[in-house]
Amino acid sequence: MSDNITGIIAPIRLDYRYTPGTATSLFLRAMKEGRFEGRRCPSCSKVYFPPRGGCSMCGVEFAETVPLANTGTVATYTIVNVNFANRAVELPYVVGEVVFDGADVSTSLLIQGVPLDEVRQGMRVEAKWIPQDQWDYSLANISHVEALDEPDAPFESYRDAI
Amino acid sequence: MRDVAIVSFAQHSQRREDSRNEIEILLPVIREALAPTGLKSQDMGFTVSGSTDYLAGQAFAFVSALDAVGPWPPISESHVEMDGAFALYEAWVRLQHGDIDTALVYCFGKSSPGDVARVLALQLEPYLLGPLWPDAVSLAALQARALIDSGKATEKDLARVVARSRRNALSNPFAQLKGDVDEAALLDEPLYADPFRKHDLPPVTDGAACIILAAGDKARELTDNPVWIKGIDHRIDLQAPGSRDLTISPSTTLAAQKAGVPKDPDIAELHAPFSSQELILIEALGLDESRTNINPSGGALAANAVMVAGLQRFGEAFNRIQAGAGKNAVVHATGGPCLQQNLVAVLEGSK
Repeated sequence: MSDNITGIIAPIRLDYRYTPGTATSLFLRAMKEGRFEGRRCPSCSKVYFPPRGGCSMCGVEFAETVPLANTGTVATYTIVNVNFANRAVELPYVVGEVVFDGADVSTSLLIQGVPLDEVRQGMRVEAKWIPQDQWDYSLANISHVEALDEPDAPFESYRDAI
Repeated sequence: MRDVAIVSFAQHSQRREDSRNEIEILLPVIREALAPTGLKSQDMGFTVSGSTDYLAGQAFAFVSALDAVGPWPPISESHVEMDGAFALYEAWVRLQHGDIDTALVYCFGKSSPGDVARVLALQLEPYLLGPLWPDAVSLAALQARALIDSGKATEKDLARVVARSRRNALSNPFAQLKGDVDEAALLDEPLYADPFRKHDLPPVTDGAACIILAAGDKARELTDNPVWIKGIDHRIDLQAPGSRDLTISPSTTLAAQKAGVPKDPDIAELHAPFSSQELILIEALGLDESRTNINPSGGALAANAVMVAGLQRFGEAFNRIQAGAGKNAVVHATGGPCLQQNLVAVLEGSK
């Protein structure tokens, strides 16, 4: 039938005053000050970056804050050919899972300044920060990572982060 | 049927958790529930949780919350988008399979980041009712108005329910609203959502709860005084609030029959977020207020962590039976607008 109703629009809007939690707040404050801080699990010693509430494997609260280096290793990566979320980056681009030195879990970041066919697992990279006067309580203070002129890290060093 | 008992309970609730996220609220609660059993989460045959991501506006919060359990190596787990009491029902069914002896049930709700009365409108039928955004308080007020207009209750009866809750909550460390209040003084308060006054509404609460279940001899091994689930059932009324008589709760009555609610249980812990709903439940369950201690914890009017308050009713009844304050209890939990879904269980001590 031509008069079938095939859809309705029912707008939804809810406002929240979000609280990130104790561990994530520590991380966000450090980001605002230009530092990487992870949190260590007292049970398995894994360092989480960014930390959420507790160790995802052991189910215990973090006990210790661990400063991390600005350098890390690409554990894995993907080449993105479709734009999403109106990201203002030229296609195609590379998103990598970066394990920063001193951490045990990876963080998703843009990899730039490297030809697509040269991006690889084990590639050593360095975080590039946006200008200091724009730093906020956010991981977005890191615009991307760039390759370091270093030998690749051995697979064993990032295997557990994949 | 396999005998299944509650062997441990822990809870936390307060007005507003400003610093901790849901995982951080849950971690000590789960640890506290496990402690007296000597078991670890990895020892559990089954783990199941109840929560909804819409409360705190945190996508996949129900998955993140597993961090608080310690799910490595991988565990057998499940989740319901309902109060933890309904998660407990799933655990009870799972224990009936007979191949496992223990289950961990947890739930959490952080209502303070959003407008919970509006958030709950999202559970309504999404085509005709939901788009009108009737908030949970307004719907419950319509139910209370219908109850009063039917002649079954008066505003004075609502005040009596609130005064009892406040008085009983004096001994509940997890209650937000407590005190020795005068019914007449309550009636002097201005109307908020006619016929409700502010005190007829539950407080906004953040919280979490955890219960450990065990079957048969395993339950006796884990505690000296397991509190047995003698019967449990849940039923649902028509989805559209306009299609049913809001002054009665047939699904509660049916669930109570199926669960085998005894005459005059010592304790009743009823999940009635609004004062008028407690009156409807007392009638639906056939309770006599002079013979049954109704909501000795203060109930959901004293603390109402959404997704948690139902499981807390199990825990509060468990605590009282273990402490010898009664030999048996009827426990009720609800979900949906105006008491739409209702779960009823009968608990009984070992001694």
